Amino acid sequence: MADQTLDAKGLNCPLPIIKAKKALKGMSPGETLAIESTDPGSVADFAAFCRQTGNELTSSEQSGDIYNFEIKKS
Amino acid sequence: MLDNANDGSNSKSMSIIATKGTLDWAYPPFILATTGAAMDMEVTMFFTFYGLGLLKKDLNLKMSTLGNPAMEMPMMGMHMAMPNIIGGFPGVDKGVTVMMKNLMAKKGVASIEDLREAAVETDVRLIACQMTLDLFEIKDTDLIDGVEIGGAATALEVAGKADINYFM
Repeated sequence: MADQTLDAKGLNCPLPIIKAKKALKGMSPGETLAIESTDPGSVADFAAFCRQTGNELTSSEQSGDIYNFEIKKS
Repeated sequence: MLDNANDGSNSKSMSIIATKGTLDWAYPPFILATTGAAMDMEVTMFFTFYGLGLLKKDLNLKMSTLGNPAMEMPMMGMHMAMPNIIGGFPGVDKGVTVMMKNLMAKKGVASIEDLREAAVETDVRLIACQMTLDLFEIKDTDLIDGVEIGGAATALEVAGKADINYFM
């Protein structure tokens, strides 16, 4: 289980990223954030976000219309 | 709060010059600025000419179909374009603005008010152009708090050090 979860369903670019960053700010290194999104663009965007910020994208999966991500804070 | 500039070795900086003040053109600068800040970039926005209106406390952004022939709005499974000759009729701009705001809300697109607030919260540096304030007789008290005032030299000093520079 992730340490925190973020429901970003129904939100469009760039809100999932901005809300994820806000959540990560309040977390400690090593903790994980699970994100649910319905924005297909968030697949490429969370990968780019993690490459740029150094946080680790530990999981990126699709189930139906929902995209699930897990980010481990660096 | 984390200091973006000292966050990691891959931190970048970005400067954006925002020159347009319509609802549609307000989006690119604010989307990139807020996303850049979320990606630990040091972001500066310089607002000049019509873009300065994006810093007013009271935002009432409008848009027009005039001079915008590429605009197509989804409607009943199709796409509706607006010929310029119709876009000039009274009330059309207002109608299109309402349509666009409704469409954005339906699609989960943030309002400019929300994106601007996110920019302020993430320490995006906001600079208002002094010359534009003078030219259009806008008082700095009409602008949101936390805005710096500067000119072309201020903008260029920031741009010269930035990894990414956008003019919008």
